[in-house]
Amino acid sequence: MKGYRTNIMVCAGTNCISNKSWEVKEALEAEIAKRGLEDEILVVPTGCVGFCAVGPIIIVQPEGIFYQSVKVSDVSHLVEEHFLKGKLVKSLMYVPPGEKEPIPKMKDIVFFRDQRLIALRSRGMINPERIEEYIGLDGYKALAKALTSMTPEEVIEEVKASGLRGRGGAGFPTGLKWESRKKAKDYPKYVICNADEGDPGAFMDRSIIEADPHSVIEGMAIGAYAIGASYGYIYTRVEYPLAIKRMEWAIQQAREYGLLGENIFGTGFNFNMGIFKGAGAFVCGETTSLVTSIEGRAPEPRQRPPRTELWNKPTVINNVETWANVPAIILEGAEWFSQIGTETSKGTKVFSLAGKINNAGLIEVPMGITLREMVYKIGGGIPNEKKFKAVQTGGPSGGCIPESLLDLPVDYERLTEAGAMMGSGGMIVMDENTCMVDVAKYFLEFLRDESCGKCSSCREGISAMLEIVTNICQGKGREGDIEFLEELGAAVTDTSLCGLGQSAPNPVLSTIRYFRDEYEAHIQERRCPAGVCKELIQYSINPEICTGCLLCVKTCPNEAIVGEKKRPQTINLDKCIKCGVCFEVCKFKAVVIT
Amino acid sequence: MDKLDEILSKYKDTKGALIPILQEVQEGFGYLPKDVMVRIAKDLKIPVSRVYGVATFYAQFYLAPYGKYTIRVCRGTACHIQGAKKVLSAIKNITGLEEGETSQDLRFTLETVSCLGACALAPIMMINKDYFGKMTPQKAATILRRYREE
Repeated sequence: MKGYRTNIMVCAGTNCISNKSWEVKEALEAEIAKRGLEDEILVVPTGCVGFCAVGPIIIVQPEGIFYQSVKVSDVSHLVEEHFLKGKLVKSLMYVPPGEKEPIPKMKDIVFFRDQRLIALRSRGMINPERIEEYIGLDGYKALAKALTSMTPEEVIEEVKASGLRGRGGAGFPTGLKWESRKKAKDYPKYVICNADEGDPGAFMDRSIIEADPHSVIEGMAIGAYAIGASYGYIYTRVEYPLAIKRMEWAIQQAREYGLLGENIFGTGFNFNMGIFKGAGAFVCGETTSLVTSIEGRAPEPRQRPPRTELWNKPTVINNVETWANVPAIILEGAEWFSQIGTETSKGTKVFSLAGKINNAGLIEVPMGITLREMVYKIGGGIPNEKKFKAVQTGGPSGGCIPESLLDLPVDYERLTEAGAMMGSGGMIVMDENTCMVDVAKYFLEFLRDESCGKCSSCREGISAMLEIVTNICQGKGREGDIEFLEELGAAVTDTSLCGLGQSAPNPVLSTIRYFRDEYEAHIQERRCPAGVCKELIQYSINPEICTGCLLCVKTCPNEAIVGEKKRPQTINLDKCIKCGVCFEVCKFKAVVIT
Repeated sequence: MDKLDEILSKYKDTKGALIPILQEVQEGFGYLPKDVMVRIAKDLKIPVSRVYGVATFYAQFYLAPYGKYTIRVCRGTACHIQGAKKVLSAIKNITGLEEGETSQDLRFTLETVSCLGACALAPIMMINKDYFGKMTPQKAATILRRYREE
C-alpha cells in the first residue's frame, strides 16, 4: 500500500453532504492533482464527525487540524496555504463563542475534548466504504478472538459482566437477553439489528452505520455466535439511502473477506446477513412490530411475553449502538467497560444535540454526565443568549426536563424518575420561545399519525388528548382540562399493549408536571407566554423602529401589510394569517408579537 | 408484466417477501396499480386484503402515480421548534397542495416525514434525494421556483 504524508479526512455524513461536502472533496482532489501533490496527499471521505453545526468539516491528519464550514471556493486557497506553504488557514478554524483566537487542533476543541468514544470509536478516522481501513483499526479482531478463544457461554458472560444495556431506550441488559435465547433449543435462530431509527431528533444510528458499518456487522456476528444464530437482519429506514448503500457495500466486502458466510475463521461457524428496508412506519421500532414487518405483514405489535420471535424462532434484537459496543467489550474486556459510567448504567451513550443549541451534532459521553455539561459545555449553550427552557429526551416516548433538573446525572434510572426516558438519545433543547403546550400538541399529533390502531386506548386515547390540547392552544381550554389530561394519560399508559401506547402520554404528562403554569396561562388568561400559539397572538409593527424598507410588504403572502415607502408600516389584522414571515424577514426587529 | 414476473421469480424462495416485492414493484411501476397487487397476492398465495393492508399501512407505498419531485418536509422535533410549520405552510401556498397530494401535472408530491435525521440543519426538507437545510419560507420559495421552471 502506498504511503501518504498527509490524509485529508472530509466528513461525508448526511449533514455535511447536504452542506456540499462531497463537492468540497472533489474540489480538493482536483486541486491536489493540479498542484502535483496526489502522491503525497490522500483525500478520504469519512462518516459523520459529529460537529454538524459547523459542517462541512475537514480534518488534516496526522496533525489533527480541524477546518470548518469549508466551501468549494475555499479549496484553492487552503491547498496553497496549508499544503504548499505549510501555513495554517485561520479563517477556516473554529473560534469558541466570545473569543478571538482560533483553535487549530480538533482535540483541543471543547466539543470534542470531553467526549469518550466507544460506539463511535472510528468516527472520522476511516473511509466507511473500505473494509481494509476498519481492519487496520483492529476491526474484526474481536470476532476472531470470540470465535477462536472463547466459548459462546464465555462471550455471554463477558457481555453480562460488562453491564451493557440496550441503547435503543428501554435499557434491558444485553447479556441476559442473549442468555435466554441461547438456552432455547429451536433452530434456526436469528439476530436482528434495529436500525429503524424513528424517534424525531435522533440520528445516531444512521451516523454509526454511515461512519462505521463494519462495527455493527462485527457485533452482530459475535452475538450470533453467542446464541447460535445463523442469519441476521438489519432493519433500516428507507429514508436513510446513504446508510443503506454503505451497509450493503460493507456486507458485500465482509463476505468477500470470508468474515460473513461459511466456516468463518476456519472455525465451522456459519453466519450471513441481509438488509430489510422498512417501508416507513414509526411503530416498527417496537420490536414485536419490527418482527411482524419482516414477516411481511402490517406491523401490529404482539403480546409479550412470551418473546419477540421471528418466524417463531429464537431471536435477539438489539439496536445499532448496542451492537457497535459489542466488539469493543470483547476486545478490551468487561472490566474496562464497566469502569465507565454509573452504578446501574455502564459505558457511554451517544446523544444527538439539536434544537436551540449552538453546537448541534452528535456526541458520545460517559453515562452519568450531567445535562448541564452536555447543554452548556459540549453543546456550547443556547444561541442568541436566549434563556434555556427545557430539554426533550427520549422522542415521543420521553419527556421534557426543566432547568431545575439540569444537574441530573444522565443514566437510565435518573431520566425515568424525572418523567422522561433515555430513549435512543435524541436531545432537543428548547428556549424561552418554545411553547410547551405546543410541544405536547406536536407529539400527540405525531403519535396519533403513527399509532397502528390496534388498541383502542392508544388510538382513541391519543386523539382525545390531542383534541383537548388543541383546544387549549386555541384559547378554548376549560377548567379541569389539565386534570382530565392526567387521568386520560394514566389510562392510556395502563391499557395499551406496546411501548408506543404505554409511553405516548409522557410528553403531555411531563410538560404538565414541570410547566403547569404555561397550561394555566393558556386556559385562564387565554395567553401563550412563549408567543407561539397562533390563535392567542397578534403581530404588529413598532412604528418607532420600522424604517419602511418594505421587505415585509414584499414577502407577506396575503398583502396584509400596508403603508407608504420609507414610512412605518401597519398590519391589517383582518387579513393577517399569522404566518410569521414578516417577523422572520425584518432586519430591524420592528415586528412584534403580543 | 414481464417486469413483474421477473421480480416475483426473484423472491420465489424468500420468506416474507411481500414488502421487498412491493418496494421493487413501486420502483419499477412508479406506484402500486390495483391489478398488480392482485397478481402479487395470487402469486404469493395470500389474500389481496393482506397486500392492500400492507400497501396502505406503510408511508412509502403509493396507490396512485406520484410526482416527478417528491417534496418531503421534516416534522421532527428539532424542525418543529425551529419553524417547520411555517415552511410547510409556505410550500402549501406555493404548490397549492395539501400533505399527501400530487399536482395534476405530476410535477410535485407533497409529504411530511417523521424525521429526516439531519437535525443539526433544522428545519429541513428533501426533494427526491437532495437535502435542503436551515429552511425559511423564502428559501423554500426560491428552491421550488427552480424545480418549477426546470
